[in-house]
Amino acid sequence: MAHIQLPEGIPGILGPMAFSPETAKPLNALAEVLLRGPNSLPAADREMIATYVSSQNDCYFCQHAHGAVAAYRLGGDEKLVNDVKLNFESAAIAGKVQKGGKQVTTSDVDRARQHGATDKEIHDTVLIAAAFCMYNRYVDGLGTWAPSDANMYRENGRRLAEVGYVESTAQLPPIEKKYAQFGSHLGAKGKPVEDPDKARLTPGEWVW
Amino acid sequence: MAHIKVPENLPGILGPMATSPESTKALRELAEVLLRDPNTLTSAEREIIATYVSSQNDCCFCQLSHGAAAAEYLGGNYELIDRIKRNFDAAEISEKLKALLEIARKVQKGGKQVTGEDVERAREHGATDKEIHDTVLIAAAFCMFNRYVDGLGTWQPTDPKAYREMGRVMAEVGYVRPNWEDPNPDEPVEAA
Repeated sequence: MAHIQLPEGIPGILGPMAFSPETAKPLNALAEVLLRGPNSLPAADREMIATYVSSQNDCYFCQHAHGAVAAYRLGGDEKLVNDVKLNFESAAIAGKVQKGGKQVTTSDVDRARQHGATDKEIHDTVLIAAAFCMYNRYVDGLGTWAPSDANMYRENGRRLAEVGYVESTAQLPPIEKKYAQFGSHLGAKGKPVEDPDKARLTPGEWVW
Repeated sequence: MAHIKVPENLPGILGPMATSPESTKALRELAEVLLRDPNTLTSAEREIIATYVSSQNDCCFCQLSHGAAAAEYLGGNYELIDRIKRNFDAAEISEKLKALLEIARKVQKGGKQVTGEDVERAREHGATDKEIHDTVLIAAAFCMFNRYVDGLGTWQPTDPKAYREMGRVMAEVGYVRPNWEDPNPDEPVEAA
């Protein structure tokens, strides 16, 4: 059970985002620009960095949600995503950032540059890794619920890749309507869920 | 020297921010909502949480700049901020803020460190769900900002006095400056 009163059945970061739309807005705008904005780093690579950092932070929801986006963008190559989580060679800077900003050394950066990384790519790698140290802590620090069904993540990976993070959040109103009994600030009024099964969202209704 | 090319003379986060206006817009909005928007937690309390987490992450720029903002909100009480960073349990702050700082301390180590007892203790001292939510997100966000600042090896003044004017501007003007979208601002934040 989450540490604060959130609507039941909404997975991971979506619960707190529905609880706090005013912070959800910049959080989604940041994910959108970092993971889907125009960039010389392919979106699949950026999702892979997000997935790797999330797995290092042991955040079940984020590593599976973003791992599914990465796999979808790689034509369904879930094995590659898993291999990267277990043993990466290309995300060294992100791995250092996950441990702490000061861990990144000049030789890490030089190595990336030798392989063709630009300043913007290095900047974005550091910021993506740093941002997932935030998202992961937000998701786990509030004790949110994460589904374990891989198919649910696959379906949402496709939707996030195609529709994106900001567009997905724009679909929040139907969910707010569904949880209208909680008031406009979902869960904030602290009313219990009367029928959790009825409240549980189907995969197609997820957004985060 | 920073790991990437950034405009000279811009301290800490302002260097990388100047190179990336799109991400900067979202980062500034997040800081504004978390630290300055209307809230039952005062801006001083929220800046204290940001400062404490930044000190735990050993980020010089963030702890001194947000510490200065917190002190400015408190009429220039820099000594209190130092005492909170050293040992918040012994500092002259409310029991509620101590309980929220304990949650922030856990979040800094990792989200899963936060326990039901930590949250219960905050609730017993009057913390609301929104205050607990905001504490977790402020602590999480500074685990991002700190890594952004240090992960790119930015230049950071080490003299706390250098941050006083910056703290005043952060408290009075805020984070969403009119020219945040300018990729090459001519002047550092002190002139905002």
